[in-house]
Amino acid sequence: MTKKQILARLGQIVLVLLGISFITFALVMLAPGDVARQMIAGNEDIIVSQAEIDALRAELGLDKPFFFQYLDWLGRALQGNLGFSFMAKKPVVEELFERLPGTILLSLASLVMMMVVSIPMGIYSAVKRGGWIDNIVRAFTFMGVSMPGFWVGLMLLWIFGLKLDLLPIVGGTIGVDTIILPAATLAIAMASKYTRQVRTAILEELGQDYVVGARARGMSESHILWKEVLPNAMLPLITLLGLSLGSLLGGAAVIEMVFSWPGLGRLAIEAITYRDFQLVQGVVVWIALMYMVINLIVDLSYNYLDPRLRKVR
Amino acid sequence: MLLEIKDLDISYGDKLTVTGANVELDKGEILSIVGESGSGKTTIIRAAMGCLPGAGHVSKGSITFEGRDMLKNTKEDWRKLSGTEMSMIFQDSGNMINPIRRIGVQFIDYIQAHDSSKSKDQAYKMATAMLTNVRLPNPDNIMNSYPFELSGGMRQRVGIAMAMVFQPKILMADEPTSALDVTTQAQIIRQIIDVRDQFGVAVIIVTHNLGVASYMSDKIMVMKGGRVEESGSRYEVLSNPQTDYTKSLLAAVPVIGGKCYYE
Repeated sequence: MTKKQILARLGQIVLVLLGISFITFALVMLAPGDVARQMIAGNEDIIVSQAEIDALRAELGLDKPFFFQYLDWLGRALQGNLGFSFMAKKPVVEELFERLPGTILLSLASLVMMMVVSIPMGIYSAVKRGGWIDNIVRAFTFMGVSMPGFWVGLMLLWIFGLKLDLLPIVGGTIGVDTIILPAATLAIAMASKYTRQVRTAILEELGQDYVVGARARGMSESHILWKEVLPNAMLPLITLLGLSLGSLLGGAAVIEMVFSWPGLGRLAIEAITYRDFQLVQGVVVWIALMYMVINLIVDLSYNYLDPRLRKVR
Repeated sequence: MLLEIKDLDISYGDKLTVTGANVELDKGEILSIVGESGSGKTTIIRAAMGCLPGAGHVSKGSITFEGRDMLKNTKEDWRKLSGTEMSMIFQDSGNMINPIRRIGVQFIDYIQAHDSSKSKDQAYKMATAMLTNVRLPNPDNIMNSYPFELSGGMRQRVGIAMAMVFQPKILMADEPTSALDVTTQAQIIRQIIDVRDQFGVAVIIVTHNLGVASYMSDKIMVMKGGRVEESGSRYEVLSNPQTDYTKSLLAAVPVIGGKCYYE
């Protein structure tokens, strides 16, 4: 990519963020129920006077026309202030940063687990396609993608936590022992998908002309696989990896709920249940930002990895 | 006799694709195999190099190279042989090397794969010497380029340089000119004749261009539907064709300005 293209992409990110923040803002406002009442009464069914509600609405700026509320929010957001979370009784930014380490650790741990499993398995089943290991791997990958994440998570908890008593059942904290099961749960589904992807990519590259050429030059099969085929096969997978990392960094809501993992996914669910609209808004903007930044980095990395995309000298 | 193929049958799975092929090739000879697409031309040279794709295999006959029975070769025997004693160039040699690695590293990898005693510097010198030999100016530049950065003719010259670096006994050329424009075609044909003259390498060239075949060959073999229709010296085949198919092929060569350009 040229400098101009990178600038265009950055501009695009700004536009998309504006659009997304506007849409979430509108959706939160359109949702039934009254934020002010919720703030006073929580989920309890108690008597709250209309005067009290009106006072709070005015304090929060909720009585202004919708568009002005959005502009207010936007103005503050541009100064790095995403509002105040009444659920956590802290600024939204602070709350986000508090949950960030959990999400980043979980994302990286599951990504590493996934790659350690799926890259060797994918390569092996491509090279020995049709063999018995390929067939067993195929069966496992179909199982892996078919099982819903929350169920896999519960099963892992039951087996490793309850029956074997190897790992803690009670989560809520970040530690080497508590991260294993949620990361494994995420990795199982991803590894199943990626094993197939790696296998397909390797098979496709093995059918390319340059492989025929390398064999005609008498290059060894291991040289062909590791030095020629693998780097080429990894190129299309990097895009997928970027998408996965982007969505992981937005928080894995269901898995984080199952394991009470203190990450962004669980924060998002909690914020929605409490109608903590500023927090919801903050989480959504963060997820969108992560997604786009990671994908920009991926596209930039292609420049470095694939000489064909570089400017011709 | 450098290469002798006798009564060769080649099948893909159970399907017979080439039957009863005979080839005799001496040192320094150029043999053209001509015929329409799907006639089995490429299949024969692939069998002779032990690189039939997929389920392809020799089901009958023999291939003898320098007195060795090639059908007894193990995979490792073939690997050592290919690129050293027999080499191959393709329709577009640029596609036959890795698109995301520089030509230089691949050339050096190739030389070291067959001769591990060569240091990187020695391999580099061998490579640039051969690139210069096939008339490529600035060999250092070529070594530092990616395949997509070169023109079709240059890529083909790089292909020839790589194929000739170990001075093989046979050079197989699979439609080496059909992806090129006419001027470049003539240059590449000239280059192949040059390396033959210089290194005494025997050449088998697969082509559907009768003009190319008549220009450069000592022997011509005409194939159709997996069978050898006719084979013999260039003179025999062109001036006294025996089968109707060869006659119709020759009749199809355009006559320009009253001169027929296959002779």
